Parts: sequence; structure tokens; C-alpha cells
Amino acid sequence: MNLIGENSDLNILDDILSAFTEITSNDLIPILQRIQNGYGYLPKDVVMEVSERTGIAASQIYGVATFYEQFHLKPRGKHLIRCCRGTACHVKGGPEIIDVIKKCLGLEAGETTEDMEFTFETVACLGACALAPLMVIDGNYYGMMTKQKVAEVLDSFRKPAEEIA
Amino acid sequence: MTQMNVKIDGKDCIGQAGQTILELAIDNGIDIPNLCHDPRLKPSGSCRLCLVEVEGARGPVTACTFEIADGMVVSTDTEEIRGLRKTVLELLFYEHKGACATCDDNGECKLQTYGYEYQVEDDVINCGSVCSEPVPNYTAGNEAIEYDVDKCIRCGRCIRICEEVQMDSALTFKERAGQAEVTTAFDIPLNESTCELCGQCISTCPTGALYERHAKGKGQCKDLKSTTTTCVYCGVGCQIDLNVSAKTGKIVRATSKTGVVPNNGNLCVKGRFGQDFVSDNRRLTMPLIKKDGEFKEASWEEALDLVASRLGAIKEVNGADSIAGLSSAKCTNEENYIFQKFMRACVGTNNVDHCARLCHASTVAGLARAFGSGAMTNSIEELKDAKCIFVIGSNTTEAHPVIALNIKHAVVNNGAELIVADPRCIDLVRFADMHIAQKPGTDVALINAMIKVIIDEDLLDKDFIAERTEDFELLKEAVKNVSLKEAAEITTIPADLIRQAAVTYARAKTSTIIYSMGITQHTTGTDNVLSLANLSMVTGHIGKESTGVNPLRGQNNVQGACDMGALPNVYPGYQQVESPNVQDKFEAAWNAKLSPNKGLTIVEIMHAIEEEKIKGLYIMGENPALSDPNLNRTRKALGEVEFLVVQDIFLTETAQYADVVLPAVSYAEKDGTFTNTERRVQRVRKAVEAPGEARLDWKIICDISTRMGFPMAYYRAAGIMDEIASVSPIYGGISYDRIEKVGLAWPCFDKEHPGTKFLHKGKFSRGKGKFHPVTFIPAKESTDKEFPFVLSTGRQLYQFHTGTMTRKSAVINQVSPTGYVEIQLDDAVNLGISNGDRVEVKTRRGCVETDAKVTENIEPGWIFMPFHFSEAPANMLTIDELDPVAKIPEFKVCAAAVRKIS
Repeated sequence: MNLIGENSDLNILDDILSAFTEITSNDLIPILQRIQNGYGYLPKDVVMEVSERTGIAASQIYGVATFYEQFHLKPRGKHLIRCCRGTACHVKGGPEIIDVIKKCLGLEAGETTEDMEFTFETVACLGACALAPLMVIDGNYYGMMTKQKVAEVLDSFRKPAEEIA
Repeated sequence: MTQMNVKIDGKDCIGQAGQTILELAIDNGIDIPNLCHDPRLKPSGSCRLCLVEVEGARGPVTACTFEIADGMVVSTDTEEIRGLRKTVLELLFYEHKGACATCDDNGECKLQTYGYEYQVEDDVINCGSVCSEPVPNYTAGNEAIEYDVDKCIRCGRCIRICEEVQMDSALTFKERAGQAEVTTAFDIPLNESTCELCGQCISTCPTGALYERHAKGKGQCKDLKSTTTTCVYCGVGCQIDLNVSAKTGKIVRATSKTGVVPNNGNLCVKGRFGQDFVSDNRRLTMPLIKKDGEFKEASWEEALDLVASRLGAIKEVNGADSIAGLSSAKCTNEENYIFQKFMRACVGTNNVDHCARLCHASTVAGLARAFGSGAMTNSIEELKDAKCIFVIGSNTTEAHPVIALNIKHAVVNNGAELIVADPRCIDLVRFADMHIAQKPGTDVALINAMIKVIIDEDLLDKDFIAERTEDFELLKEAVKNVSLKEAAEITTIPADLIRQAAVTYARAKTSTIIYSMGITQHTTGTDNVLSLANLSMVTGHIGKESTGVNPLRGQNNVQGACDMGALPNVYPGYQQVESPNVQDKFEAAWNAKLSPNKGLTIVEIMHAIEEEKIKGLYIMGENPALSDPNLNRTRKALGEVEFLVVQDIFLTETAQYADVVLPAVSYAEKDGTFTNTERRVQRVRKAVEAPGEARLDWKIICDISTRMGFPMAYYRAAGIMDEIASVSPIYGGISYDRIEKVGLAWPCFDKEHPGTKFLHKGKFSRGKGKFHPVTFIPAKESTDKEFPFVLSTGRQLYQFHTGTMTRKSAVINQVSPTGYVEIQLDDAVNLGISNGDRVEVKTRRGCVETDAKVTENIEPGWIFMPFHFSEAPANMLTIDELDPVAKIPEFKVCAAAVRKIS
């Protein structure tokens, strides 16, 4: 894992904050959303800088950032894999699909591969039960998954360089 | 205020609009169970335990958030409510996994109390008991506070008190629902967060989740004996409970109760975590006599005989005025009274002084001249309602942390305007509307310019000036030629900011000035104080509620030591020694012949030793070998004086020079009174036994006095206070029975007098307020090529004075291990200095090696050193030039050089 939240490029933050005038804690969530868009996650040094510049306590920002599922305090992989834990998927073999993904990538739910290619998350329902079992990568739906199909789909996202290696 | 009639459980209660049901119930002695309530905090309604029934309401309501209405009928203890509460408690016990038998909070824990009261089943209480090692959390590694997530009920009180009262916002909840727990931003260690280690979070925690780390395992709360006393550190005078283990006889933890005056249950890091010194094994337990340069233990008989015979001989040969005494702002009123009585009536000299000389001598001199009384004009409580607070030369959050809470409250919750005038960007600046950084030593220029603005822009309170004051024309004449432009050049503050500060201060309905040693510790200290008095009088901002001039006194009892006459020019109650009538009065009261001449002040005493005018010196509870200016010279004098007695609780830097050292008892081991900065006389109560053969200060002095032919005997401290009341009119009505629960603020002239909340109401103590024309005089020493920096010395939050007591605390040593010099970033870069580098700070008087602390909180060209540390003694550097009136040295300005040590 690379260094978390150290030496981030603060120019991105400058642009984000310049869009706000007289920042109050009401602006906190939109600011955090933009930081996450800009940096891919909420780096510690950037959050501390926000606290310093706005006067909003770092503890408060941390509380908000950990409260909402949408915010991430660790860097995210290039591709986001989300897999369904819902009832329909469960009945149709979802847990096995999740196991295969974990095995293929060598990580647990909520983690990111060391090469920063994939982040894997499980969610309560993806809202497409007819396609169960289901996984979504970068917003693309892959339905009626089987163990073989998981490996194929994941392979299709691998970097060419890694395939050679 | 609208009165409201409310019936709670059949009892008629009268409340005020805006009160909650819980507040009204508490006022009327009706107990409604609650866990997330603390009167210091805004209600949150999160624990759901205070549910009550209100007639007409749709369902149960939380008493802590529901406001009363006229005619409301409330039931707090119905069958249904009890059932609901029991369910709430069961849910809480599913989260709370501690076992009472091994918990330190056993006896104080509110969850435990309610678990018993509601008879929550054993299997529920024990359902989650864990035996596993706790997971490290944000408190790991710090010596002060320990958080046990298993005992936490997520009431959020710790987070709220840190944000709402302390305003440090170090804490938060992370995650949500079942995963929620208390932590800091990014779980960083507490010592690296914005936490000040005040421990307020512990004070509000309803369970044992937050606790003093060092108190753990030293005795459960149910087995501790609590004694309420007055904190020994600063002049705020917080009421503090020392909780002592019967088994060990040692203080286990220091706490405070909400509702007490003046601190309402709040304490700072020193009060809560700085009590280790009491049972430190370096305490003096036996008298010591120096023989052949080495201390040897001696019996009391031998030591007392020696002191009495040597002082007696010096008096006989060289006269009474060849002996001087330093009394102590750390000791009680009773001890100070006895000390000065001993010096005056037994020895026969007025050479008695104490460290007020080094902190607020200029206040006593200046405010007495202008108003007739040299003390805070208002009570601490009134600060909350001031509309404008002008803080000049006071780093309040560090030196008087609990008073600072009131200032922050006034700003954040009551919309007060805060002006901070300080050379450094101190913590209060976070809350300030404006920060003006005057160059050290230019206060008169700043304040005169403000007065000029007020005159020019016609912001004067003309009625007040006409009716209540005299000599306004002299002031007007003195500031006639003051120009804002010139003031801006002298102070380095832009002219428009000076103007804005003046206008803000003048226009506010209630304006109060807070000042401390940034004003007083100058050769122009008295002038500085007089200027502030002028400023308050031209605007009429004096003699009213929440409106006045408020010097914050440094030591716990520096106000009292002054009141008791431990000063060379006044008897107890500020009665002049040079007045024949006063002398007659005290000669009759004490049955002794008294000297009609003013005595010497501290620094004058040290200089008189050089001239061989002072031969004998008796120091009680002071440490001039670290606290006085120009230490090389001071220490030389202490080494040269013919006979030196030091009476203390530790073998201090000063005691090392003594011929005889007498072991005294600490504040926790005696009865007496301290008078805090708001003139409130408060009780000090014995909580633990003294170590070894240490004796009460007043008893030691009485024994010596008796041996020297002036018998003094008292049975108890209360008796001494009765004598004080009989000779000192401002203490006339003070007695122990009257101050048992809440202290009284002087003047309190007789037994019926209720004490005085604020001074100068309707009439100044001296009759009319007197304007003094003051003109700007630069500091004694100016910078030059060789010494290009302006050096100021001062205090920091964690340490107190010479560190004799605070540096015995593990908590404080961890967070404040050693001294440093603050230097501005650009200056540091120019000198090739990085943060933490060893540097040499040098002045014309001495040279000190210390660590560099590179900061942007100070202006270029100015440096700052705390004076607490004996290994980096800032006072080796300071100048011993004195204010001509108050004789206070100029600790705040001297010229210095800094270089990196390679």
C-alpha cells in the first residue's frame, strides 16, 4: 500500500475550496464529495488542511467521513467491484461468487488490491434481482454469474502488462 | 422572565420560561434518571432514560429536552415509564460490557446506580462481559486519559464537553450504529490532537469508560474519601475535590462538582493531573541544617533554636532592617498574615514582600491610584455577559484556563466581541473578532492612541467623566499630540486596526478589560495599568455589571498574600505602614513596637544583600533562584547572604542555598483560606496527612517567634482568620462558618455584609476615579546589532511557575518535558534553525541553551521563552530594571541574540 494521505497535491484542494465563499460546516459534505472526486478518496493531509483553512474541527470532518458509506479514507482501486449480498443473489449462489472474487484478488470485502487495480465491496442489494447472482464493475452489470465467468470478467480488466508478467 | 407553574409528581413547582422539565425537577429535588445530561452542556436527548409522561402529550417525552409550559402536569415515575426505562437500561447494558467488581468507577457510575434501582436482571448486566485485552484506541500511549470502549454507552457527553465547553473539538464519534465509538480525527493519539488534556471528558463521563489512567487500580470510587478544597495552582480558585484512598492515604484523583463557584465543575490539566507532587517521595520530611556545605537532617528543636538564635543575633548586631522575609503567594491567608506579623512585630521590620512584586505589583500600585483598589473589579461569572472583551497581555487559555472558558462562552454563545492585543498569536485569537499584535513594551502607545480615537470621535461617556472622575483635562492634554500614525509605527499595528479596536471597545454596552502580565511586567508596568484605567473611565466602562478592569492574578493566593499585607508598604487590608494612625492601631492590636518605615521589595532585597545591608533572609514557599530576573545576580546574592532560611515542601533551587531548610506541609495537608483573583475568600481543607515531620507553616513561624521573645500561639487556622477580620476592615465579615459552602468576595465589612460582586458601583473606592496622564516611554533595553531580538518570557498551559509542583506529574512531564524558545519561521530560516534544533539564547546578562520551537504564531524579530524550566532558565536572560513605582522587573522585554549550536 502506498503512503496514505501524505504529500497530496494541494492544488486540487485550492480549486475545490475556491468555489465556496465563507465556508461553514453546512458546506462540509459537498466539499468532501468534491475532494473524493478530485483525489479518489479523502487523504488525511487534505482533510487536515480543510480543517486548518475553514476552522471546521478535524474531528468533526472525520466523524462525517466515517458516518457515510460514500466517503473513503483509503485510496481506491482503478476499478470498483460491487457484489450483491441480497436475498435473491444469496439463493442463487451469491456467496460463492463473493468467495471466488476474494480468492482471485486475494482480498477481503472493503479492501483494495496492492496494485491499486481493484477495490471490492459487498452491498445489500443492487436492485436487479432478476439477474441474480450479480456483480457490478465500474457501473457495468454482470448478471447470472458463475464461478468461471467471474475469472473471465476480472481477466478482461487486467492490465496487459500484468498478463505478460 | 415569565414564571410558570408546573406540577411534577403532584408537587407544585415554579419555573422560568425556557427551562426544561429535567432542570425544573432537579431544582425541586425530584430525581429523574438521566445519563446524557450535564448542566454544562446543551441537552441532547440521546440516552432516552429521562422519559416522563406529560398530560396531553402524545407519548412519553425526554425531560432533558422538553421545555416547561404553564399549567403542565408531569409524571416521572409511573409503572409504564419505569418499564420503558428498564428496557432502555437493558439495551444500554447490552453495549456496556464492564463488570462493576473490577471497575474503578464503582460507586460513581450512574449506569450502575440505575441498574440497581431498576433491578436489571443479572444475565442482562453480565451478558457481554469480556475477558479479552482491550483494543488500542486514541488514548493509547498518553499518560492522562484512558478510554475503554467496552464501558462506553455512546451518550456523547465527552464529545460535547470538548466542543461546547472546552471548545477544543478533539473528539468525535466514528462510524455509526453498533460500530460507533469515540475517537479523535483519524484516530490520532490524543497528545497529537487538539486535546489540552483538561480531562473534562472524564468529568462528564457517566460510566467508567473515560478515567484517569494513573488512578486506575488505586481504589474504587466507593472507597475514596472526598475533600472539597481550593486548587493550589492559578488564581482562578477552582473548587476541587481531592479523592483519597483510605488504604494508602494518597490522592487518587482530583474531581470537581458542577454548580460550584467559580468553576462549575470545570478543571484544567494542572488541577486534574498535577496533584502527584503531594505524595512525591522527594518531599521534605525533616529539617535540614547545612554543615560544611552539606545538608544534614536535624531535629525540629535544633533547627528552630538555630533559626531563632541566628536571626536574633543579626537583629541585635545589625538592626531589624538587616533582616528581610519573602512570604508566599502559594501559602494560605492565615500563613501570610502570621508571616508578616512575625516580620513586623517580632523582627521589627517592614522588609516583607512576596512574588506579587514580580507579577501584579503594578496593578496594585496603578489601580489603587486610579480607583482606590487594586484588584479585579468584576467577578469571573460576569465575563459571560460582557458584550465586548478586550484581552491585552493575557494568554488566558494557558495561564487561567477556566476563566478562558467564560470568555469563549461569551463569544461563541452570547455574541460578545473579542479584541485580543498580544504580540503572539495566542489560542484566544481563534475566537477573536480582531487580533492586534503590539510590539512588546509599546502598550501605552497603543492605549493612548485608542483614547485619542475615543476623544476625537466623541465616543466619551461625558456624564460619567463629569460625575465620577477627576483630572480628565490632564489626560486630554497628555494625549493631545498623540497621532495614530506614530502609534502605528511604534506598536507595528496598522492605524485603522487601532481605531477599530477603540471604537469597538467604546461602543459596546458592556465592555470589560482582561489583562495580566503582558501589561504589568514592564518598567512602565504602572503606566500601562494607569492607561487601561484611563481607557475604562473615558468610556464609562467601569463600576457596572460585566463592565470593568480585570487583572487576572497569577498564583492561587497572590491576591490573599497582598490582602494580608505581605508587602513592604502596607499592613493587612492595604493600611499604609507610613500612616501614624495605622501604626498606632497595629501596635495596640499586636502589642508590639512597629517600624514606621516602608520596607524593601524583592529585587531591592537581593540588591541590598550585595551592599551588605541585608544579612538575614527568611523565604517561605518561594523560589527566587528561578523566578527572579537576572538569575546570575540573584543566585549570587542568595549565596552571599549571611543567614538564609528556606521553608518549603521541596528542596527547590532556592533551598539549595539555605543554611536551614524547614519542611512545610502542602495545601492538601492543611486548613486555611485562599483568596482568588475575583477577591473571593475560599476554604482550603486538609485531605491527607503530612509526610514525615513536616509542619504547618504558621506553626513553624509561631515557634520561631516565641523563641525570639514575641510569643505567638493559635490553636487552629480559623482563629487566625478571626484575628485577620478584626484588624482588616475589608475582611471584617469573613469567618469560616460563612464561607463553608461558597466563598465571599471582599470588601466584606461585617458579619451581615454579603460580599462584593463588582467594585466601584456608584462610587470609586477612593471617591472619584482619577485620570493619570501617561506618556509612552520605550522599554529599558532596545535591540541592536549584537542583540537583535526582543525576548519576552511567560507561561504555558501545562506548567506552573517554577515547575516545583507540576514537574512531579507524569502526565505533565509527558506533554511538556522541557523548555524551548519560540522563534518566527523566517527568522529561523535566516539563522539556519530548524524546529527542535539546540540553540543558544544570549543577552547582556546571561546565556541559556534550549530547544528551538519554530512557529508562525509570533512576529519576526520577537522571541518567547517560558520560564518554568530550571534546565533552561529564562530568567538567566531577563533584565532586573524596575518600574520606578511598583518595583516590578521588566520580564517582558529585553534584547537577545539567538544562534544554532552545531
